[in-house]
Amino acid sequence: MDLQKARKIVEALLFSSQEPLSIEQIKEVLEEESSADIRKLIGQLKAEYDQANRSFMIIEIAGGFQACTRPEYADWLRKLYKSRRSQKLSMPALETLAIIAYNQPVTRMEIESIRGVGVEGVLRTLMEKDLVKIRGRREAAGRPIIYGTTRRFLEYFGLNSLAELPTLEEVKGESKNELEGAAQQDRPDRPENSPVAQ
Amino acid sequence: MAYKVKLEVFEGPLDLLLYLIKKNEIDICDIPVSEVTEQYLEYLELMRLLDLSIAGEFLVMAATLMHIKSRMLLPLEEREVLEEEEEDPRAELVRKLLEYQKFKEAAGKLEILETNKKEIFSRTVDQDTLAGDEEGEFFEANLFDLISAFSKVLTAIPRQTFQEVMVDEFSVEEKIGHILDRLKSRPRAYFKELFEHITKRLEVICTFLALLELMRMKEVIVRQPKSFKKILVIKVEKS
Repeated sequence: MDLQKARKIVEALLFSSQEPLSIEQIKEVLEEESSADIRKLIGQLKAEYDQANRSFMIIEIAGGFQACTRPEYADWLRKLYKSRRSQKLSMPALETLAIIAYNQPVTRMEIESIRGVGVEGVLRTLMEKDLVKIRGRREAAGRPIIYGTTRRFLEYFGLNSLAELPTLEEVKGESKNELEGAAQQDRPDRPENSPVAQ
Repeated sequence: MAYKVKLEVFEGPLDLLLYLIKKNEIDICDIPVSEVTEQYLEYLELMRLLDLSIAGEFLVMAATLMHIKSRMLLPLEEREVLEEEEEDPRAELVRKLLEYQKFKEAAGKLEILETNKKEIFSRTVDQDTLAGDEEGEFFEANLFDLISAFSKVLTAIPRQTFQEVMVDEFSVEEKIGHILDRLKSRPRAYFKELFEHITKRLEVICTFLALLELMRMKEVIVRQPKSFKKILVIKVEKS
């Protein structure tokens, strides 16, 4: 297919999609173009919008691409949607989310042992918002339920993948090394694909 | 004494401790336990006076702090003889504080990401479309139908005519896991099937509550082809 035409089709797909579109999904529609080509086309569209200073742009998020408005127009859009200054997550919710995001899969007890308080209510809220999901059970005594973040989590924070999570701050202080070493022994399973290089 | 009523409300004892540490500019790795314990207890007293509910965890931490303080009061040689590990009595607490602080900071960073993301808009997704398409006409099962179905299952179980003191064998959380396991292999099941092989009323109730929880968490949806027909429980596909 003529690349010009293909680019226009990709544009149409991105324009209409309600969710981020992955390269695979676009490929399925176009059929002829390769992943590399599609990526190139998206790049061209991106550049076109940037150069022409369009009010919208393409972002790479949750493993796909999505068209969205630029931050400069936020106030106007909020006016249109009459959104109350958007509901943000509470600090306990964010802390719990952080613990899950960096340690997944993780059990409720493990989360509570880090936070020092119960997380049942917060966990429920996070699941209702589809930011956290049950990933299954750990094959250990009691077969406790393990939790992980969802694709929606990535979208919510504008991340393309878990690898984009901000790096955890290095523990401060002199006794850091001993503490780090000791803390490591208490953690039974570290997921291999954890973004934290420990 | 006049109390300043601008009181910060803390989510838990670690939260409060970190606040005290920061406020007093204490080095986390060398906490003056006596001082911190005193301030911590003062704070709990304040909370009590203001009628704020104090979660159990705060009291556990108060006891922990006092325990650490008492250990610190022992002369060094005596301490080493009494304990197997020659560990600083504060070490465990410091570990917990540092770990929690790490995630508190991470939460702060997530908050920034959240704020930035809210400045951009894309086509919003309709929550109901996430459920996926089903064949045929379905109504969202209505709460009363669900309760009737539950009531039917419950009445099928003979009422116990004698009191029996039983160990709580079932928990809602456990039943949640149960239902999910069940739906893993076959993502659709009839409401009644979830109660197969259950002989105890308590178990029926736990299972029903688990189902309601799962609906609330949007892990499953419940559909009914027509009023009064069999109810279908469907696992929600999430990526």
